[in-house]
Amino acid sequence: MTNLITPTTTTTTTPLPRLMLGDNQFFGVNHMSEERARAQLMRFQRDEAIADVLATACELGISTFMCTTHDRITQVADLVRADPARYPGMSFQPCMPYAHKYANAVTEDGFLGAIKRFLPSDGLLGTTLRGAKSVATGDVDGLATLLVDAEMAMFEGLDTPVIWLQNVIVDLLVGLGMDDALGVFAAHVEKKYGAQAGFITMNLPQTLDALDRAGVVNPIVCANINKAGFRMSGGIEAYREALEQRPFRGVAMSVFASGAIPPREAISWICEQPNIESVVFGASSRASLTSTKELIDEYWVGPRPLGTPAAA
Amino acid sequence: MITVALAGLGKMGLSHLSIIRPHPLVDLVGVCDPGAPFLGVLAARTDVATFTDYERMLEETTPDAVVIATPSFLHADMVRAALTRGIHVFCEKPLFLDTRDGAELTALAAQRGLVTQVGYHNRFVGTFAEAKRLLEIGAIGTVTNALAEAYGPVVTKPSKGGWRDQRAAGGGCLYDYAAHPVDLLTWYLGPVARASGSRLDSIFSAEVDDTVSSTLEFGSGATAQLSVNWSDESQRKMTTGVTLWGTAGRIKVDRQEIQVFLKPGAVVPQGYTPGWNVRYTTELMPAPWFYVRGEEYSHQIDAFVRRVAEAVGAVGAERALDAPAAGLQGVNTFASASVTDEALAMILADSRGETVAQAAARPAVRPLALAGRPSRLRTLKQALIRAVLTAPRSRTRTRPTTPSGAAPATPAAAPAPTAMPSATTTTPSAPTAMPSATTTATTTPGGTR
Repeated sequence: MTNLITPTTTTTTTPLPRLMLGDNQFFGVNHMSEERARAQLMRFQRDEAIADVLATACELGISTFMCTTHDRITQVADLVRADPARYPGMSFQPCMPYAHKYANAVTEDGFLGAIKRFLPSDGLLGTTLRGAKSVATGDVDGLATLLVDAEMAMFEGLDTPVIWLQNVIVDLLVGLGMDDALGVFAAHVEKKYGAQAGFITMNLPQTLDALDRAGVVNPIVCANINKAGFRMSGGIEAYREALEQRPFRGVAMSVFASGAIPPREAISWICEQPNIESVVFGASSRASLTSTKELIDEYWVGPRPLGTPAAA
Repeated sequence: MITVALAGLGKMGLSHLSIIRPHPLVDLVGVCDPGAPFLGVLAARTDVATFTDYERMLEETTPDAVVIATPSFLHADMVRAALTRGIHVFCEKPLFLDTRDGAELTALAAQRGLVTQVGYHNRFVGTFAEAKRLLEIGAIGTVTNALAEAYGPVVTKPSKGGWRDQRAAGGGCLYDYAAHPVDLLTWYLGPVARASGSRLDSIFSAEVDDTVSSTLEFGSGATAQLSVNWSDESQRKMTTGVTLWGTAGRIKVDRQEIQVFLKPGAVVPQGYTPGWNVRYTTELMPAPWFYVRGEEYSHQIDAFVRRVAEAVGAVGAERALDAPAAGLQGVNTFASASVTDEALAMILADSRGETVAQAAARPAVRPLALAGRPSRLRTLKQALIRAVLTAPRSRTRTRPTTPSGAAPATPAAAPAPTAMPSATTTTPSAPTAMPSATTTATTTPGGTR
């Protein structure tokens, strides 16, 4: 196998906030009910409705928004830029790509057509040449980094301390055995944006192995971690072992298992696990934001050293 | 361990590859595509052995099993090539466009004792499987009527063509989308006896249907309404649902949840109560060993791998994973998928004003579609079959300056079939997986052959 990258050590190690707001609830993603998902889509079809929740979250001290690069985030980012005082301390953690955008483009225009559609067309000679050269030479890494840049355009001027690769891409690459691509992503976001790379996965143990092979040291990794074992591939025991023994910075998502675990039980359990640096959650009302924040504040211990046993 | 090869690197093929390669019981021995640019990326950046010639891959790697994820019109020849070599087969849906192929190849697989499975992944969704379990124990009594639906945003503007826009190649809303709810109906209610009032209408596509509606009658006397639209932009992604009314209750089920109403006085299954019950996929779907795009895609591959492992007597087959091994019996065999193929053929014939008898007497799909655009489609079909089956057995590797050198099958006059995506679901594609215009196959342990 060709080794195309040099090992990546993340030099920027800004701590993550203990609580971050996710965006599934804004875009009709609900793992439990299609009807509930549609109701949320209706409620948040105005960009201002999303911005209102962000403002409330900032007011409560939850000022980090972990969001996909959905087209509508462009408008939400505009709203934040236009009135920064309304969103004190606000930072974005982009998760890319918004996969359906690419899937639909591939369906309509084929692989090459989709690439062309998403490459920057800003008229800058350098970018155009870079794109043309990448396509002509089969430089997949070059294309990938160009697509990252295209996705990042909507966040210009905003704070983006961590840039995430979405789980469907991470898991596809891990499944195909293209570990080195994870390193290419990490190196690019650090070099170009001074950001830390994050990796979302549904397969925590295997992704940690792949990141090791790719030379990404102490990576930030976000995975479903919940008491119910929901979408924890390979089983909860394998995750427990990874949390106790593997060097990485853990971000837990789906801690409520899509509503299957009562909030207090879910939060108290996740706070007992070692190596959890942050929890990302979805909320669309002040009451829900407030109650989750209060539970986290009540139970939070913070990341503990490796070798610490997880709670039973 | 079992050895597995995979053919077709469109969206479904890439998805299957990423799921099956990490399987603890699988040794992936080869991947084949006549023209997908991504083949070169795999050759250069992974240890997967790559081929442009399907039969050569089968000959050189002699796999226990093959996964076929090519356009449907290529399935019959590729499946036959595998079965005659004694290779177990997983094939994407819909299985065959000509129902005679289904009868022949189902019999061939049975005669040779080979495992077959088709990619109707909904049967591995926890909620849909729970509905099947409830029907089998008679929870809602005798089913009298049903509604099966599928909606999604696949073709939302005038289509530019490709195999998706060719019925003879297996494109169109009927084969690509309606196949899923129809397959659920045949799973729940048995073979379709008659289709009536069938409409296949176009909204945006030039040559195929974008909506499908039909009334289906089953041997039991139950009827079902079919309503499918793949030009529905109100959906974020494909959504499939079935509602079943029975003499003792009602079931409404989609991928996420199952709502069950049981009449007072009905026999209530364990865990259920009279009146309304709701259960969610989160509780009905166990976590797989590896997840890429939905548990059901992992579970269906797991079921196939375990059935093959059992059939070949692979060591560890019985201990590696939790799901029950199935051997030659199992979900989504060629026999069950052929029942769905026949239902699709009936809907197509009915939409053209034919009777059931005429539909049975006449090969339903290819000749009908080919009659529309004979020369173009025949050229397309011949080029693609040649691409997959008859590339020269040269060891010369493809090079960027001679893209047709070792792979003359790379269709110059026709689109590469497997480079075209399947619309079965919205599989996201990777930006890092975006292929180049001039794929380079380079020196690797396997190399592109």
